[in-house]
Amino acid sequence: MARNGPLTDVSGKNSVELVQGRKLGRTQHPSTQLTAPTARTTSLRTVALGLGYDGVPIVTDLDLEIAVGRITVIVGANASGKSTLLRGLARLLAPQSGVVLLDGIDITKIPGKRVATALGLLPQQPLAPEGITVGELVGRGRHPHQGWFRGTTAADDAIVADALVRTGTLDLAARRLEELSGGQRQRVWIAMALAQDTDILLLDEPTSFLDVAHQIEVLDLLLELNRTRGTTIVMVLHDLNLAARYADEMLVMRSGGIIAAGPPAKTLTVDVVRSAFGLDALVIPDPVCGSPLVVPIGRFHPAPTPASAILGKANLS
Amino acid sequence: MTPRTPHAAPADLAEGRRSRPESPVHRVVPAEAATLAAARGARRRRERRIAIVLAAALLVVAALSLSVGSYSVAVPDLLRTLAGQGTGAENFIVLTLRLPRLVLGLLTGIAFALSGALFQTVLRNPLASPDIVGVTGGASAAAVLGMLVLGFGSLATAFAAFGGAILVATIIYLLAWRGRGGGTSGVAGYRFVLIGVGVAFMVQGLLGYLLSRAELRNAQDALTWLVGSVSGAAWPEIAVVAVGLAVLLPIVRMLAPRLRALQLGDDLATSLGVGAERNRLGLLAVAVALAALATAMVGPLAFVAFVSAPIARRLVGTGGLGLVPSALVGALIVSGADFAAQHLLPGGLQLPAGVVTGAIGAPYLLWLLATGAAGGSGSSRDSTEGTR
Repeated sequence: MARNGPLTDVSGKNSVELVQGRKLGRTQHPSTQLTAPTARTTSLRTVALGLGYDGVPIVTDLDLEIAVGRITVIVGANASGKSTLLRGLARLLAPQSGVVLLDGIDITKIPGKRVATALGLLPQQPLAPEGITVGELVGRGRHPHQGWFRGTTAADDAIVADALVRTGTLDLAARRLEELSGGQRQRVWIAMALAQDTDILLLDEPTSFLDVAHQIEVLDLLLELNRTRGTTIVMVLHDLNLAARYADEMLVMRSGGIIAAGPPAKTLTVDVVRSAFGLDALVIPDPVCGSPLVVPIGRFHPAPTPASAILGKANLS
Repeated sequence: MTPRTPHAAPADLAEGRRSRPESPVHRVVPAEAATLAAARGARRRRERRIAIVLAAALLVVAALSLSVGSYSVAVPDLLRTLAGQGTGAENFIVLTLRLPRLVLGLLTGIAFALSGALFQTVLRNPLASPDIVGVTGGASAAAVLGMLVLGFGSLATAFAAFGGAILVATIIYLLAWRGRGGGTSGVAGYRFVLIGVGVAFMVQGLLGYLLSRAELRNAQDALTWLVGSVSGAAWPEIAVVAVGLAVLLPIVRMLAPRLRALQLGDDLATSLGVGAERNRLGLLAVAVALAALATAMVGPLAFVAFVSAPIARRLVGTGGLGLVPSALVGALIVSGADFAAQHLLPGGLQLPAGVVTGAIGAPYLLWLLATGAAGGSGSSRDSTEGTR
């Protein structure tokens, strides 16, 4: 299997380069830094997809192609259908109409265990049995690769150890999950998803319940995984500015449809924010990396005219 | 970038992953992997150690059960008798009176304990055990209906009990079912328990009705059955339980990895390739069969299914399923309770084992409720074991 993408070298070397890669990512928009490697090729798209609960349609007639090897972030107001779409992509919700295609094949026609070797999901609130250690939990990510009678092998151990190293949780391997902080726990769950070793990883609000430092930590980790392993990442995020900073592709949803899609700089505009959230906002370049930064206006703090005129125009053009 | 094989067949999908360990994308971390393997080994050793201690305790109880009584048999004589060299009296006392009782207790203890472990794990609620949610209650109602109204003998009663358990479990499952892909994770278990408790009360009502209409002597028989007892055990019954376990235990062993995936919630289980609803149904079916089998033979021995797995997992403490320790704890509880009921209670009373298991289980239930570990409160990190 050809894995000679431009980043294979980085992943093979020591962590210093990875840290540098991260620093570079901070100073410029990450998507301009590194071209995504071609190591992972599984594609995911939808054709005329309709999703809903109990017959009530939420997502209707959606055609969507997830960019292979990139980070796609879905944003939108509450009840705009973001999580529903993610659940549909992860085959947690059967389509009411249309199909989800994994490598061109209807995902509902592929055996669950086989899908699980190509597509992983980290739910918003995963459950863990009481007393489980980090090592054991991450090891459970290997389930789809294990047969009826085949237990854990040395290869499984190597992959689990790799997942722990990448997420910086190796030192926690013998600890119980409930002893850890929220940020550590989230890294452990991501390690479990990594141990599943899929080309595509879906995450439902991986940063909710985390403080801002841990949010950045988790998103940096996901960016690093995407850039070093080529894992296609699709996630739902609430924070528009973090979404714009970490996304290669943004999907903005409103009432079950996608109203804007593409690179954040082109997607997250004043008009789109108003249309998706009903919110008047300024959109200015993020001083850290140049991605769009949404600054809400609200009723009581009208923006000073000059800034609004200059920056608003700059971004709309 | 151009995808390598944009329309790869699903078989390719699987094969692609197989070759991943050798790929350069994975850094080789032998030392760390060895550490992990060592940690796993330590966990397994701990589970094995607990299992050995439990098995030793079981051996002691078994030896006591077989030797102590109005006709005491010393251990050397006991071994000789078991080897087929006993005197006539020894053969009768040990092989005909005491051994069947012990073996039936061990087997039904295993069945109850595993049934409870499966229920509690699949439904992620420590209150979800067949004796709390009315599955064994259904068996009781059917058995008593058979005994009092239809005049069933003991064999037909056993069949009625088995059928009653299956029927009630099916009703609870259908009432708790929320339609495809509709419910959120954890809710199904909570609904199942609430509906099960409701059904358990209805079944109790039916039992009360049947008992109040019955003649006194018949009601006495029914009540004895309802407490649950291993007395009067005979080899044909034991053979039925043994065959049932021989079929069900390998299934439990095969489904254990899926059970581990289900512990992580429906969404994550599905993501790991374990379809939540389908596997939950399969595992519950096995659990119901285990409970029905045991109840049909010895009656609803109170709380054995409820307490065995939590006790075992508390002893092991690794967050694993602990199915083997659970089974051993169940066997220990039933055989120990039967021994206590026969020999240890003051006043020389000989009571059915269910009296003692009930006396052990009720305080545990109170403690569970008092410490708030009974789950179902919507907490995101809901315990599956309720041993906090």
